[in-house]
Amino acid sequence: MRRAPLDPEALDVTDRAILNRLQEGFPICPAPFATAGAALGLTGEEVIARIARLRDIGAITRFGPFMDAEAMGGAFCLCAMEVPEDRFETVAAQVNAHPEIAHNYARDHRLNMWFVLACETPAAIARIARRIEGETGLNVLRFPKVREFFIGFRVAL
Amino acid sequence: MNGRPVPQLDPTDRRILTAMQAGLPLVPEPYAEVAAWLGLAEAEVIARVSALQSRGVIRRIALAPNHYALGMLANGMSVWDVSDAEAETLGAAVGALDFVSHCYLRPRARPVWPYNLFAMIHGPDRATVEAHRAEIAALLGRACAASDILYSTRILKKTGLRLKQTGD
Repeated sequence: MRRAPLDPEALDVTDRAILNRLQEGFPICPAPFATAGAALGLTGEEVIARIARLRDIGAITRFGPFMDAEAMGGAFCLCAMEVPEDRFETVAAQVNAHPEIAHNYARDHRLNMWFVLACETPAAIARIARRIEGETGLNVLRFPKVREFFIGFRVAL
Repeated sequence: MNGRPVPQLDPTDRRILTAMQAGLPLVPEPYAEVAAWLGLAEAEVIARVSALQSRGVIRRIALAPNHYALGMLANGMSVWDVSDAEAETLGAAVGALDFVSHCYLRPRARPVWPYNLFAMIHGPDRATVEAHRAEIAALLGRACAASDILYSTRILKKTGLRLKQTGD
């Protein structure tokens, strides 16, 4: 994934309008690019060409369905640990060794390790968390999602 | 965890989702293209994708911006202790801010963790992220008892979420 910022000139007003509008949703109909383009004053072919270019220059990471991981049959939970600094690397290795760890970040807080557990079932979340507690002797705080507010973020036009 | 029933996906739903997982094809009739890959009728793919979206299995079909490429080089996980009575309303308001990409209510873990509202803030630099954090604080006002912001210092592990290929 591209980490460097694009030249601000790389995106024109139409690109920015596409970036904002198509974060919110895309039609499910036979010719959806034409339908989406109509609201932007573009043909379907123009929308396709612009999305392809946005992808090629790295302005977007993907274009497609965003699935609700839990609706797909899995269970997910944000977890945090307070890890003594002198054990940090050892504990990171112990935690990361579990294939259920989807990602793990060091953060600048007393709770200094934050990771997401991705399991087949809710019961497995509790089981893996307890296993990590047993292996490390440290508490694994669990912060399951209670409510999600999605809006995405906007680029200035 | 939340007791919500998990909707069942039949094998055809799963094949469609697997085919679309890498991205929607950039052709004028993308659902017809997916249908052709799978030997299905376009109308069936459109009907099933619509139903999957209505059921919430597909949250939306959309593009994902690359925050870094768009100049959003700094991000912080802001966390807030918001009164439970107002958490739903205020969470929606915070989630609607342009610079917030993800916003969740989560349980507190007192005493170490009094915060129940999590909002990921993006900006071109840390000073802008802090200014955005002040905007959220102003929006929450007296409904918020405490707050903090956590910056990531290192990625320890990152793997993408992938749908299993198997039929069940």
